[in-house]
Amino acid sequence: MIGFRFSKKERFLYPGQELRPHTRGRRKAPDVMVDEPTRLALEVGRTRMMVAASLFAMVYLAIGIRLFDLMVLKSTDRRPPVSQSATVPLDTKRAEIVDRNGLVLATNLPTVNLYADSTKILNAEEATTKLLALMPDLNREEVLSKLMSGRRFIYLERNLSPRLQAAINAQGIPGIYFEDSERRIYPHGHMVSHVLGATDPDNGGIAGIERSFDQRLKDDQQPLRLSLDLRVQAVVRDTLLAAITDFQAVGGVGLVMDANNGQVIALVSLPDYDPAEFGNSPADSQFNRATLGVYEMGSSFKLLNTAMALDSGQIRVADMFDTSRPLKISRFTISDDHPIPRPQNVAEILVHSSNIGSARMAMALGSEHQREFLGRMGMLSPPPIELPEISPPLIPAQWREIAMMTISYGHGIAVTSVNLATAVSALVNGGRLYKPTLLLDTPQDPKQVITPQTSMLMRYLMRLVVSEGTGKKADVPGYLIGGKTGSAEKVSQHGGYDTHNLRTTFAAAFPLDDPRYVVLTVLDEPKGLKSTYGFATAGWNAAPTTGKIISQIAPLLGVFPRLDAMQPYAPLNNVDLKNITQSIAFITGGARAPAR
Amino acid sequence: MSNLTFARTDTSILGRWWWTVDRWLLATVFLLVIVGMILLMAAGPAAADRIHADPFMFVRKQFFTMPFALALMLGVSMLSPLAVRKVGLIGFAITLLLLVVAPALGSEIKGSTRWLYIGGVSIQPSEFAKPCFAVVSGWVFSARHTSPGFPGYRIAVVLWLTLVGLLIIQPDLGQSMLVTAMWAAQFFLAGLHLFWVALLVAITLCGAVGAYFILPHVQKRVDSFLNPEGADTYQIQKAMQAFRDGGLFGRGPGEGTVKAALPDSHTDFIFAVAGEEFGMLVCLLVVGLFAFLVIRGMSRVMEENNLFVIIATGGLLVQFGTQAMVNMASSLHLMPTKGMTLPFISYGGSSIMGLGLGMGFILALTRKRWSSAIGETS
Repeated sequence: MIGFRFSKKERFLYPGQELRPHTRGRRKAPDVMVDEPTRLALEVGRTRMMVAASLFAMVYLAIGIRLFDLMVLKSTDRRPPVSQSATVPLDTKRAEIVDRNGLVLATNLPTVNLYADSTKILNAEEATTKLLALMPDLNREEVLSKLMSGRRFIYLERNLSPRLQAAINAQGIPGIYFEDSERRIYPHGHMVSHVLGATDPDNGGIAGIERSFDQRLKDDQQPLRLSLDLRVQAVVRDTLLAAITDFQAVGGVGLVMDANNGQVIALVSLPDYDPAEFGNSPADSQFNRATLGVYEMGSSFKLLNTAMALDSGQIRVADMFDTSRPLKISRFTISDDHPIPRPQNVAEILVHSSNIGSARMAMALGSEHQREFLGRMGMLSPPPIELPEISPPLIPAQWREIAMMTISYGHGIAVTSVNLATAVSALVNGGRLYKPTLLLDTPQDPKQVITPQTSMLMRYLMRLVVSEGTGKKADVPGYLIGGKTGSAEKVSQHGGYDTHNLRTTFAAAFPLDDPRYVVLTVLDEPKGLKSTYGFATAGWNAAPTTGKIISQIAPLLGVFPRLDAMQPYAPLNNVDLKNITQSIAFITGGARAPAR
Repeated sequence: MSNLTFARTDTSILGRWWWTVDRWLLATVFLLVIVGMILLMAAGPAAADRIHADPFMFVRKQFFTMPFALALMLGVSMLSPLAVRKVGLIGFAITLLLLVVAPALGSEIKGSTRWLYIGGVSIQPSEFAKPCFAVVSGWVFSARHTSPGFPGYRIAVVLWLTLVGLLIIQPDLGQSMLVTAMWAAQFFLAGLHLFWVALLVAITLCGAVGAYFILPHVQKRVDSFLNPEGADTYQIQKAMQAFRDGGLFGRGPGEGTVKAALPDSHTDFIFAVAGEEFGMLVCLLVVGLFAFLVIRGMSRVMEENNLFVIIATGGLLVQFGTQAMVNMASSLHLMPTKGMTLPFISYGGSSIMGLGLGMGFILALTRKRWSSAIGETS
């Protein structure tokens, strides 16, 4: 087709003529005679035409190559992609919340809301009928009044399923529109409810972390990392729920705190709610018993009283106090449940949970000392945790002597569970008080509140409570658990205390030779069972529940049962409480110091 | 089809035409027209929709104009070279006159006065001036050789300055560049000394740089080509996206989305629509058709002994081929965007009629002639 046919025509040649150069060089044999200049001009024109044709061939080839480059190789331009259009809504994504291991606790799902521009509704009656046919749960009168309200924007329903959206769209009702939105999703439902809190339909935080970090979650797309461990949280919640069911309690608290940095590993308050259904859940379930509920902690408070006494330098562990008869102060009488008709030393008072002895120890130091010590332990201020639902402790207006005496065994002062767990952490970790926190990697500046030696003694005494005293049912072999029970009579609605309704507590730490975690269990109104011989006190319910929790979470947290770890504390297994000085010689600098 | 076959012995005008016309060129033109119609059916409705017109407005107008354009082409292709010269001369005179009155009588569209309304039909004189000018200047260049003493170069320069001057007044920079390219190519074919060729190339480069600094909208175009991050690259980015989305086989007829976003999808960016909906193979077919048409035409006139035929046809083909090249290269971001229609494919009544005239000239001049004298007509 494309051929440059220069000399197609056969010419007649004389023999030998084809060899002659001047005829061979002729590319074209014109049929007519042309003069020399014109022939030359023609030659130039033809040659240059060939140049032009070659140029065009090259250019079109380049275009073809570019097509291949662009359409098959999809050469990536350095140009930024064309922005979609101005109508695309702003990205309002709320940051995810994850646990310490990165497991998602709260995330988002794109969804669609249904709204109406009532000025564009042609027939409100007909539109309502069509909508009700697809969404029978809606109230007819309400929808009708919305459609006739004259408002340009009014929500009819939120979070439509794609199927429902397609069905409504297919109806083609004028004035009915869809709004792209997103919905907060809590994949674990009830599991982390009180920590996470909840969001309103516009994805604004209204409770818990969602509220206290509302702005942070809106501004920063990076997931918010909590100190919680979802696995531990699940164990604590399941175990606590089982205990509440078993003991027919009305509620409970489960707390696990890292003793060495104040990080909350698990925080459970029961009953709880599904954050997605926050608005529809009963008020009682929305109440955070761990941070908002302040309770008289009962005998668990004796841990603080004991530490105060030993840290004062004025009372030693072997010092004896008279507990033989009830203590009478004006019209009050302080008595013990199981009176021991002889003086007891500090260790015995804690292990046997003597109210009389505790009160006498406090009396020896004075109310101002007690107040100062409790303030130092953070017991007189709200827990500084990152939740909006926190409550200040209930403390006596005037710190009279009677108040001082009841406070020594945990009555007349009400603090939150987080307050207590934080203080217990400091008692066992060498005396450093950390701020309780729900965030991972919170910088901490711990305060030395008691001496390391007092802390060591406290660990020893807490272990004694479990090995010898009221906390025996919390023991799990190999974990060296220590703790203190507490059974407070609940305040009656008619004033005074209700002796039949208890709030039982067990504040524990493990392993006591190198404390890692503090576990606090609170049960609200547990009942006495046949299996507990009718007892409803902490030793029969809160203590074994704590033991169950520890036996499950310790391996998850990297704490393994070590029977050899008992060795330094071996004397504790057959301790002679009356000769406590000898038993604790290894702490106070005697001969049997353990090799740690 | 019996009426379309002619005996070799048929000496009627039609019979002689059939046996002398280059049927390969003819077939290529018809193929281009068919492809163009299909592509316009894809791009036209989207463009019409954007100006809230009847979706098939552009398609209908083009389908209405096309037969006239083809008739014009076939009619002109039957002319002898001498008649071509006459028609070209008369046409050039008329279009020059229209270009002179256009700034006074014409209506302004997008900042330019390019259109004239004559008897209810809007025409763009420059589209007809281009082919006529190619014929006239081809004759002037060749006359220099055939008639000694004829001041061919001078007249050619005067004609070129006149036409380009009128086009710049409008202003229509694209057309004046196209006319200049064509005229320069003819000058080259006419045997311009290589020294002058080099000098002209240098002047062109200087002119391009000068235009960049003197004319703000040229500067803007070039800037956005060199620096795509800047604003106003919306069209070209959309076009790139269209080609990428198209791939080898395209998204399918009517499946394109870019056409709705490109204001000139039915004219300047119709190649991008073709890319998105019909894929690379169809684009290559279009490129191939243009390339074939240009090179076939050029190779064909090289057998000629008539210098006028060589120069005039060369100019017409350069004009046609450059216009196609600029359109496709702009769409592919190989050069700064310059509004130029894709011959026989883009929408445009005057453009199509002007192309019909030009292609008619080409077909007429590339017909076989068995007895041609230099500078004389058969």
